[in-house]
Amino acid sequence: MLEKFNYDNKIVRNFAIATVIWGLVGMLVGLLVAMQLFKPEMNLGNQYTTFGRIRPLHTNAVIFAFVGNGIFMGVYYSLQRLLKARMFSDMLSSIHFWGWQLIIVSAALTLPLGLTTSHEYAELEWPIDIAITLIWVVFGINMFGTIIKRRERHMYVAIWFYIATFVTVAVLHIVNSFQLPISAFKSYYIYAGVQDALVQWWYGHNAVAFFLTTPYLGMMYYFLPKMAQRPVYSYKLSILHFWSLIFIYIWAGPHHLLYSSLPDWAQSLGVAFSIMLIAPSWGGMINGLLTLRGAWDKVREDTILKFMVVGITAYGMSTFEGPLLSLKQVNAIAHFTDWIVAHVHVGALGWNGFLTFAILYWLIPRIYRTEIFSKKLVAFHFWIGTLGILFYAIPMYLSGFLQGLMWKEFTPDGMLKYPNFLETTLQLLPMHIFRAIGGALYLTGVIVMTYNLIKTAKSGALLADEPAEAMALEPAFAPSSSEKTWHRALERKPMYFLVLSLIVILIGGMVEMMPTFMISSNIPTIASVKPYSPLELQGRDLYIREGCVNCHSQMVRPFRSETERYGEYSKAGEFVYDHPFLWGSKRTGPDLHREGGKYSNAWQYNHLMDPTTMSPGSIMPPYDWLGEQTLDTTTTVAKINAMRTLGVPYAPLYEQKANADLQKQAEEITANLAKDNIKVSSDKEIIAIIAYLQRLGTDIKVGNVSMQPSN
Amino acid sequence: MNILYFLIGCSVFLALIFLLAFFWAMKNGQNDDTYTPAVRILFDDEIPNENKK
Repeated sequence: MLEKFNYDNKIVRNFAIATVIWGLVGMLVGLLVAMQLFKPEMNLGNQYTTFGRIRPLHTNAVIFAFVGNGIFMGVYYSLQRLLKARMFSDMLSSIHFWGWQLIIVSAALTLPLGLTTSHEYAELEWPIDIAITLIWVVFGINMFGTIIKRRERHMYVAIWFYIATFVTVAVLHIVNSFQLPISAFKSYYIYAGVQDALVQWWYGHNAVAFFLTTPYLGMMYYFLPKMAQRPVYSYKLSILHFWSLIFIYIWAGPHHLLYSSLPDWAQSLGVAFSIMLIAPSWGGMINGLLTLRGAWDKVREDTILKFMVVGITAYGMSTFEGPLLSLKQVNAIAHFTDWIVAHVHVGALGWNGFLTFAILYWLIPRIYRTEIFSKKLVAFHFWIGTLGILFYAIPMYLSGFLQGLMWKEFTPDGMLKYPNFLETTLQLLPMHIFRAIGGALYLTGVIVMTYNLIKTAKSGALLADEPAEAMALEPAFAPSSSEKTWHRALERKPMYFLVLSLIVILIGGMVEMMPTFMISSNIPTIASVKPYSPLELQGRDLYIREGCVNCHSQMVRPFRSETERYGEYSKAGEFVYDHPFLWGSKRTGPDLHREGGKYSNAWQYNHLMDPTTMSPGSIMPPYDWLGEQTLDTTTTVAKINAMRTLGVPYAPLYEQKANADLQKQAEEITANLAKDNIKVSSDKEIIAIIAYLQRLGTDIKVGNVSMQPSN
Repeated sequence: MNILYFLIGCSVFLALIFLLAFFWAMKNGQNDDTYTPAVRILFDDEIPNENKK
């Protein structure tokens, strides 16, 4: 029976607008943070726009706001057409859209305020995490509902990529959001130290895989053939690509923690799977590029295809580089440097960015029933964008190699050639300037695109409900009586099956995790490692609030070049009370794990108030507000209690005298500062952060470590 | 390091979901035809003639 129905273009249009707006915002913030890396004054002189706080704003905005809305735009457009069905529910579509925008707005408000969990790409605090979960479920119901009422039995490969995205991101997000709230916008991760690190990078890696990669691969498999007007090179290869990719990707996470305190076998497992990943990734890239076989004349004419070619090539480059970076020898040099920044930006600017632009240019004229306003401006965008990527990536690669090698260079006498970290930083400033220029070029392209798309939309009219018709799907063949078991029936309904499995996993997972939280004996401990004092704990939370972890690692790797520079390498047992872990992933400044006792309190005070007084030329901004703001001690009791719940051995009823201890320690530091003629009241935030910095890494006395075996 | 076993458990669970989905896809005949789906998507969003301006 032929059925008439309408595709919902309005929701696609809404997501498209959100994609463009948040793209502009996210990239503008990106430019701002980039400029702070050679001109710290670009923090606009206040805490809310300082690097540590708005770097997470940049990453969240481009990943979840720009790319996120881009995904939903692409999925809502292609899913309806591939399944020959309108979206399951217009109301769910609408809730999904507005809910997601609200989440983004709340992120944009909370991150500059310093409300952050410090887990990279998962910085949002627990109430927003819950909102994300709910909206994600709405998206899932809407997608699976559409799949159920589809009029096309075969599910095109793109849909499989969308399903994998939904299922995996749901699990990742939930597992990496297990937090114990202590107030409306502050929580502690349940896991500590090395375990927390592993959860975070299991999440972090798979977020790249299933948020930045699989949905875009699905979109590539739909939009590229449509744009080129020819079928994908090999449909069989695309199916192979999908299944092999999702089975391998999930195991590669530990490659983010090479040479850290993570057990070696877990590191090796991560490396092995990372190397295997090159096969499906390149299979996909080749499949995309070969789709254009015999159509390269079209690529010459059609800028949209040019965007696709560069985007897919960038995918190939980053997925070649990924396995390369996961090799321990390469990682030893690249990790903590700008190399990683270059790597992710080839993926983000090239793959995600260019595919999004191509889809916008292709889709907007179609749903507005018009032609693109200016093809010349599209071409301009393509060239300035490509130039932007090159200006961004090449200096960052140079900067990465240079700094990684400088850190490791010894003189013939066996001394560090560049013992002063700042010396290596200053070498990179020209590259950082070029990088900002590259970013500015790229952003210029996006501004031109915005103008072009607005003009295009104005020249047409939105076809909100696009009429379509298709044959109704015949019911699946009737099962014979012997097959009518509940399991068979469930198997026939894959969508219910997936949703049910997900619930089962999560319940099972919780049960499985409980022992980890309840039994403390299975964590390798070092007898001399003690919980933080209340003042240090408050200081640590300020360290988190200011986003210090965005520039300073706390993980001395077991290389001579690092132990010479920083001190004894980091042991897993030193982090058992770290909720969350603060190992960091980038060293814009030096590692701080052995910072405690390295300098006097006065040095730390002066350095925080104005880093250039202690380290001339430093690109760290002044944190003078720490000297003005009063430490909030009303949270101490809740924090001590929460930590105890998580297994930190504070004595019973300790919370009652915690603030007295805090006061005492603060006064000691103030008195010590007074000896150096620094007058500061003991209730200021800076005292707490100094207390934390002076504690860092001092618990173990080298040569006097008594390790208790882990079980 | 119990968390390792939990994460491996999570990953295996995810892999199992996908494995079941894969079996379903094979059994359902989703992958029987590896040619026409690629071609069909090129034609499926034409607006019916009577609605064309």
